[in-house]
Amino acid sequence: MALEKITQVRGKGVYVAGNEIDTDRIIPARFMKCVTFNGLGEYLFYDVRKNEDGSDKEHPLNDSRFSDATILLSGENFGCGSSREHAPQALYRYGFRGIVAESYAEIFFGNCTTLGIPCFCATKEDIRTMAAAIEADPSLEITLDVENERIRFGDQNLTAVVRESARMALSGGKWDMIGELAEGESEIAKVVAGLPYMAP
Amino acid sequence: MSQSLFGKVWDAHAVKTLSNGQTQLLIGTHLIHEVTSPQAFGMLRDLNLKVAYPHRTFATVDHIVPTDQRQEPFADPLADAMIRELRRNCEETGVTFFDLPSGKQGIVHVVGPEQGITQPGTTIACGDSHTSTHGAFGAIAFGIGTTQIRDLLATQTMALAKLKVRRINVNGELHPGVYAKDVILHIIQKLGVKGGTGFAYEYGGSVFDNFSMEERMTVCNMSIEGGARVGYVNPDEKTFEYLKGRPYSPSGDEWDAAVKRWRSFASDPDCEYDDVVEFDGANIAPTVTWGINPEQAISVVESVPTVEGSAEKEKALVAEALEYMKLPAGAPIKGTKVDICFIGSCTNGRLSDFEEVAKYLEGQKVAEGIKAIAVPGSQVVDLICREKGLHTVFENAGFEWRGAGCSMCLAMNPDKLIGDQLSASSSNRNFKGRQGSPTGRTVLMSPVMVAAAAIKGEIADAREVFGVGELANV
Repeated sequence: MALEKITQVRGKGVYVAGNEIDTDRIIPARFMKCVTFNGLGEYLFYDVRKNEDGSDKEHPLNDSRFSDATILLSGENFGCGSSREHAPQALYRYGFRGIVAESYAEIFFGNCTTLGIPCFCATKEDIRTMAAAIEADPSLEITLDVENERIRFGDQNLTAVVRESARMALSGGKWDMIGELAEGESEIAKVVAGLPYMAP
Repeated sequence: MSQSLFGKVWDAHAVKTLSNGQTQLLIGTHLIHEVTSPQAFGMLRDLNLKVAYPHRTFATVDHIVPTDQRQEPFADPLADAMIRELRRNCEETGVTFFDLPSGKQGIVHVVGPEQGITQPGTTIACGDSHTSTHGAFGAIAFGIGTTQIRDLLATQTMALAKLKVRRINVNGELHPGVYAKDVILHIIQKLGVKGGTGFAYEYGGSVFDNFSMEERMTVCNMSIEGGARVGYVNPDEKTFEYLKGRPYSPSGDEWDAAVKRWRSFASDPDCEYDDVVEFDGANIAPTVTWGINPEQAISVVESVPTVEGSAEKEKALVAEALEYMKLPAGAPIKGTKVDICFIGSCTNGRLSDFEEVAKYLEGQKVAEGIKAIAVPGSQVVDLICREKGLHTVFENAGFEWRGAGCSMCLAMNPDKLIGDQLSASSSNRNFKGRQGSPTGRTVLMSPVMVAAAAIKGEIADAREVFGVGELANV
């Protein structure tokens, strides 16, 4: 299965401020009553974007200046909470292709990588610099350089971190491992044979 | 070389190193439920792949199941579609399904252990972050996403980077009225909600030695709330005793061989950890959350923090939490009016939770205007509680006794908060909107503390309300 090598992501950015933005915030549980991920983008950040009558609240994603952003900026421990892939799926289906935050929750980070969404870790200061630049010019093009762990926009060239295993997976076109996992059929069978609890 | 349990189990299940540097790890036991699995079965069909080891995947239905009107079709057509989809997927692939009519349905993290599916020295994964629960048995148990569920169905393996191991010792003695829930809330409060990122937590020390299996499960369950994807306790006699005679436990000649093998997975006494943290059990009090993540917790006798009194980097989050929770900064948490009291969930919905609460509920009445619900974690827990008459104790006190499921923990079923109701909850997350209303408020605590809140109509110290200490000393 040939996958796209994700060496860089280019696009406009939007800053959703806050630390500890959890997966219930990203996609409230009541929207997970579905048997496919199609259409989840619509409910991204629903409770912080919408009033109970369905009208818009003030939120960066409701701001038309950022309507075609594909890079999301946030704070610490982004994606904490549930393992629900519905959260990264909602981000992806909304149109996000890259995330820059101070840090990520473990399971969320892995789920994003598996979908081919690079998660960059940057300092609070650098994220503020980016956010200010986006606020000043929402059409600003940002480049997330996965291979070289850099974030470039305007005349800025910032250092950021993409965890090594994710960087290798994304830039090597190996972020979805199903093909390689399936190739190991006989090696899997060997490990299975050594584990009594695996017997039928 | 001496090793931790994590290292031994990892090595026993490692298939190979993948080209992206991660390990291909065999996951011996795969648990699934209706929320995160249907899309994975869909992906499998799209790729024309089959379930490789159907006898090692076990399904149940928990998140969307109504706890009162349980006849099918469910009133909610989306919930109904989800249970039908899971049933179809299991029938087509040969996966065992602990379905509603089986008498064994329940929350996946209650069902696995009580059926004897959860065993020491094994690897377990489920599309649910509270899978860490199963670590109580000395298993390495991961919460995973749906794409990984697809990988497991197709190959029984997934790609993972190895975790570091932090040993958390809790020694000394817990005071009467302090429970496993307080221990984990205390640990998270001290180490933080992201303190465990990149780590597996190995819990030990005299407090864990003395804990029952169900108490160990309560702690391991909430590892992920502290950022640790995996949490476990080394297997011991209590583990083996719990597993003996369970439907999926080894039996006959196989039992002794299994125990010998299980014992061998325990961490070597001289093994080195990436980090070690010590707690004194005597310093832990009945603990409640006041904010919007599980780290924002205090002892029940303390006051809600103020923005000014908080560390600089916490100030913004404290202010956000105070505003959302509508709690007066600096005021005692005790006495805060509650609306809903919920005992249940994969954290605290097991037999011993209801037994412990029932000890104190006899002769008590839920305060006027309070809705109190008790939700057994599985049909098996429900049945045993009924056999012992515990449900009558709850009902006589004014609790509603419900059918098994996730219920109000995450409100994917009819049990939800309305408006800004405040819930005293034995569940595991106090995130904004978690219990179903975008403005609903959650205060996490132990089941006995929830019962005390129900009786008083406000957050209360169960030790005072029930004389917990006195009773415990008898």
